[in-house]
Amino acid sequence: MTAAVVVFPGSNCDRDLAVAIESIMGRKPNMVWHGETDLPAGTDLIALPGGFSYGDYLRSGAMAARSPVMRAVVDAAERGVPVLGVCNGFQVLTEAGLLPGALMRNAGLNFVCRDVELSVENAQSAFTSRYAAGETILIPVAHHDGNYTADADTRQLLHLARQAGAIDRAPGPPPADPGLLRAQWFC
Amino acid sequence: MKVRIVVTLKPGVLDPQGKAIHKSLEGLGFGGINDIRAGKVIELDVADSVTDEDLDGMCRKLIANTVIENYRIER
Repeated sequence: MTAAVVVFPGSNCDRDLAVAIESIMGRKPNMVWHGETDLPAGTDLIALPGGFSYGDYLRSGAMAARSPVMRAVVDAAERGVPVLGVCNGFQVLTEAGLLPGALMRNAGLNFVCRDVELSVENAQSAFTSRYAAGETILIPVAHHDGNYTADADTRQLLHLARQAGAIDRAPGPPPADPGLLRAQWFC
Repeated sequence: MKVRIVVTLKPGVLDPQGKAIHKSLEGLGFGGINDIRAGKVIELDVADSVTDEDLDGMCRKLIANTVIENYRIER
């Protein structure tokens, strides 16, 4: 398997992601600068790292989502290549329109840094196949803009989360406006 | 030509920044504030050939995220 880690100006977890991918896959991923217009031939996993792409200017992930390489990422995703977005990478995926919704400033304005328990809903997905269905896993989160907001309906979002594999065991309170859904976190 | 683009959060979208400003103003002793919503203003200096349609495209493609934000173009 050949992985590509996309590097934006302001990414700061790209090397961590490369180390994690190499330790699991046994092969160094290609590091792809955001200004590239193509991904290396044969890329079959794309990973977008965390950090502060473009200094979080305008909105988290907004500028990165419009960088040249993202056209290639969207094309590859549409062909079925799995894409993993971690932290700021997840924000980039929502800004690029690959995932519904948007991530806003945390309610209460606090930086949130804690462990979140996730329930493995689907152990068949590429990201969760080494877990058992129903297993509870612990994932650390650290974010200032993790307030997920979407106008899509709840069932569609839960369907997406289940496809990806895991959902938050303690989702946020139901939204005040029934047309909006706010979840603390989903993956 | 100067153009101002005003970006505001859609009604119903939680605005923690607006709430924080509200609380701070009350802490300073200002009363009678019912609600505060924070937004942003982007000022552009553009050529006369730039059309309303071009500006609308800029807003939809980058300046505003229409999932959570509304925008208004003032020229």
